[in-house]
Amino acid sequence: MSILKLQTKNLIKSFDGKVIIEDINIQLNKGEIVSLVGVSGSGKTTLFNILSGLIKPDAGQVFLDGNDITGNPGKVSYMLQKDLLLPHKKVIDNASLGLVVKGMSKKEARAKAGKYFTDFGLDGTQEKYPSQLSGGMRQRVAFLRTYLCADGVALLDEPFSALDTITKGQMHKWYIDIMSKIEMSTIFITHDIDEAILLSDRVYILGGNPGTIIKEIVIDKEKPRTEQFTLTNEFIEYKKQIKEILA
Amino acid sequence: MKRKLQSIISSLPTIIAFLIILIAWHLLTVTEKVPSYMLPSPKSVLEALYADIDLIYRHLNITLQEAFYGLGIGISLGFIMALFMDSCNVLYKAIYPVMIITQTIPTVAIAPILVLWMGFEMEPKIALVALTTFFPITVGLLDGYRSVDKDQINLMRSMGANRWKIFCHVKFPSALPYFFAGLKISVSYAVVGAVVSEWLGGFEGLGVYLTRVRKAYAYDRMFAVIIVIVVISLLLMGLVNIIRKLLMPWEKFAKNNE
Repeated sequence: MSILKLQTKNLIKSFDGKVIIEDINIQLNKGEIVSLVGVSGSGKTTLFNILSGLIKPDAGQVFLDGNDITGNPGKVSYMLQKDLLLPHKKVIDNASLGLVVKGMSKKEARAKAGKYFTDFGLDGTQEKYPSQLSGGMRQRVAFLRTYLCADGVALLDEPFSALDTITKGQMHKWYIDIMSKIEMSTIFITHDIDEAILLSDRVYILGGNPGTIIKEIVIDKEKPRTEQFTLTNEFIEYKKQIKEILA
Repeated sequence: MKRKLQSIISSLPTIIAFLIILIAWHLLTVTEKVPSYMLPSPKSVLEALYADIDLIYRHLNITLQEAFYGLGIGISLGFIMALFMDSCNVLYKAIYPVMIITQTIPTVAIAPILVLWMGFEMEPKIALVALTTFFPITVGLLDGYRSVDKDQINLMRSMGANRWKIFCHVKFPSALPYFFAGLKISVSYAVVGAVVSEWLGGFEGLGVYLTRVRKAYAYDRMFAVIIVIVVISLLLMGLVNIIRKLLMPWEKFAKNNE
C-alpha cells in the first residue's frame, strides 16, 4: 500500500510569453525514487524550481502530504550537480546547515547530523573543511545536508553528473546502499538513461517545447539493485523503450 | 627545518633587491656623487633616527591615534554603505558614482578644507583618514557580496532562509577575503592620510614634524621619519594578514589543495 507524498496538479509556467512547461502532473509515493528524464529545453529546471517553491507556477499546485505548498520554499530540499558546500564551514556544519537555518541550535544540529556520518561513509571528515575532500565525498556531504533538511522529500538535479565515470559508479553503489538505510522520497532529474533505470522505481519522460510528461515507465525490479542489473536483457529493454520515446 | 629553508630561498630575490638598493644608496653618498645635503647617507639617517627616537615616538603616537580612529570610522562606514548598496540596487546606482568622485578629489586639496571646517586638532585628520579608507573597504565588501553564486543563495532560500540568514551564513563569510584585501590597502592609506593631513595643518604628529625638519633642511632626520612611516605601514599590513589567518582558518587548506 503506497502513501502519496508529493503531487503536482496541472502545473503551467511561461516566461516572456513562451510556455516552458504545460500540464505537469506527477506523483511521488512515500519512499519512492522517481526519475525525470528529458531532452534539454524540456523545462526540467523550471519544474524543479517550482517544486522547491523558489518560483511560482502560472497555474496549478504542488501538494506535500496533502498540503498546498505552491511557491512556498523550505518544504522540499534539493541538491544540484554543484555541491554548493560553504568553504568557510566545517563538513559537520555544512551537513547541518539546513537544520540551523530552520532554527535548531548549532550544537543540537551538529549532534543530529553527526549520527549519520558513519552510514553515509563520511566518518572522520566532521572537522575538516570541504576543500580537503574529493569530489565524490563532497557530494556525499551535500546529500546528507539535503537529507537532513528534507521533510521526507528531496529533489536531486543531476547530482552525480559532474563526477568522472568511475566515481559515478561508486556513487551509484553508495546511493543504493544509503537509500536502503534511510527513508526518503526522491525526485531524481537526470539525462543519463542508465542512471534513471538503475536507481528509480518509475521514470517520467519529459518532452520538449513545451515540456510535458509524455510517458511514465515503471521499472519493475527488486531493490536494492546492483550494477549487474545494467547488464541484463531486462535493463536493455527498458533502455530501448526510453530511447525510442525520446528520439 | 626544510620548510624554513625553502621560505628563505623563496624570499631571496626580495632580500637581494633590498641589499642592492641599500648598497647603491650607500655608494652614491660615500663617493659624493650626490651631495649629502641632497641625499643623506644610510648611516647618517640611522644616526638621526637614533638621536630623535623619543621625539619621533611622541609624534608617531598622535599619528597612529588619528590613523586608528579614522580607520575605525572608515571600516564602520564601509560596512554600512556596502550593506545598503548591496540590499538596494537603486541605492547602488545612486551612491556608487558619488563615491568614485570623492576618491578622485586629491587629498592635498581636501585636507585644508577639512581644517577650515574642523580646526587644527585631531578631528580633520581623522575625517580625512576615514574618507580615504572607507572606499577600499566598501568596494571590497560589495564585490564580495556580489561574488556569491546565485545557486548558493537559491539553495539557502529553498531551506527557508530569510535575507538576514543568507547574509550571515553565506554572503558575509564569502566577502571576507575581499574585505581583507581592501583592509590591507586601507591600513597603508590610513597612515599616509594622517601624515598628509598633519603636514597641511596641525600642531602635532609625524606630518608636522616632517614639515619642521624639512624647513630646517635636516634631510637625514626627514629620511628617518620616512623610514619609520614605511616600517609602521608594513607592520600594520602584516597585522592585517595575521588577523586574516586567524579569522579564516579554512583558507590554509584551500591553498594546500591546489
